[in-house]
Amino acid sequence: MKQNLSWLQGGIFLGAVFLAAVWIIKPVGVSTEFVIINGVVWNIFSPGLITQNEGAETAYSSTNAYLNKGGGTLAESVANPLNYGIVFVLSMILGGFLSGLFSKKKLPDNDKLSPVVWRERFGSNPKKRLMFVFMAGFFVLFGARLADGCTSGHMMSGMMQTSLSGYLFAAGAFATAIPVAILLFKSKNPKT
Amino acid sequence: MNILLAIILGTAFGFALDRAKASNPQKIINMLRLKDFHLMKVILFAIGFSSLILFILLALNVIDASHLSIKKTYPGVIIGGAILGIGFAIGGYCPGTSLVAAGRGRKDAIVFILGGLLGAFFYMLIFGIIKDTTLFDPIAGGAVSIAETTNSKFPALINNLPSLFIAGPFALIFMAVAFLLPNKTESD
Repeated sequence: MKQNLSWLQGGIFLGAVFLAAVWIIKPVGVSTEFVIINGVVWNIFSPGLITQNEGAETAYSSTNAYLNKGGGTLAESVANPLNYGIVFVLSMILGGFLSGLFSKKKLPDNDKLSPVVWRERFGSNPKKRLMFVFMAGFFVLFGARLADGCTSGHMMSGMMQTSLSGYLFAAGAFATAIPVAILLFKSKNPKT
Repeated sequence: MNILLAIILGTAFGFALDRAKASNPQKIINMLRLKDFHLMKVILFAIGFSSLILFILLALNVIDASHLSIKKTYPGVIIGGAILGIGFAIGGYCPGTSLVAAGRGRKDAIVFILGGLLGAFFYMLIFGIIKDTTLFDPIAGGAVSIAETTNSKFPALINNLPSLFIAGPFALIFMAVAFLLPNKTESD
């Protein structure tokens, strides 16, 4: 496999994976699994969170309104977490690891903490980057849960199926992401 | 069997995202700053290409339409997208690419994931308060697609034309825009 894919090769490769997923099983989705992981941890510390309930559609219910919604489908996944969704998402980490392993170009140490564009604007203090990136993660997953999907589920899988929600999600996301990125990373040097 | 498929497809997806440079926050942030269109071209082409083949295979009955899953449309989709967009611009990661980047050895991605777990947890805590608000009122009927998917659970907005006549032009436009966007790459 070539080290660097052109945009066209990258697009075909990614598109093929999305198509294979919907052909064989179901569309790709990621952000729901953050909820499942939270639920599994929460259920360890507070064992009454998920209960078996013959009356519920899935035979599981939860004292948490979110896990309990839709007949307890999320509660069921928390009770039996080793299913397709979570294994898919954990395998993505493996995919990233393998890509790095087979790549001749190693990632420089300073790039592992912050991208160049961040360091040019905010310096290389790792604490600042990690604080902001933690906040960014909070916003992204909170927003993804409110929207019921993220870039994978709404934008890619959704727009592939011509889902109205996918288009509106993409419009909402880029409406803030583009101006925030332009303003936040405005370079002090007007030439760049 | 499903678990094995999850491992194969998940690993392939992670590998593809990394090789397409989507796990690199530098590429994401410079795409959002409209300085580097590489990833925009990748994403637009991937959507158009997969959509075109999906609707061809649906028309030929090769793909089982029950595998499709159209998400509901409601105001929270747009507002949630807008909240996500803020974090997307600050961090340069989305949920999927942060996992791939963590696998690649990026430490800021691990911190992004921890922040994400907390954000998702906060949403789980407040969902009970917001669940009956207009945030979740269906728009245009809720779980709808634009082109007919032949899955009766999901009505189509345009259902008097064969789906390829709708999805096809959309897909071709996406692929054409991918070709037309400038190829210049400012930085790697």
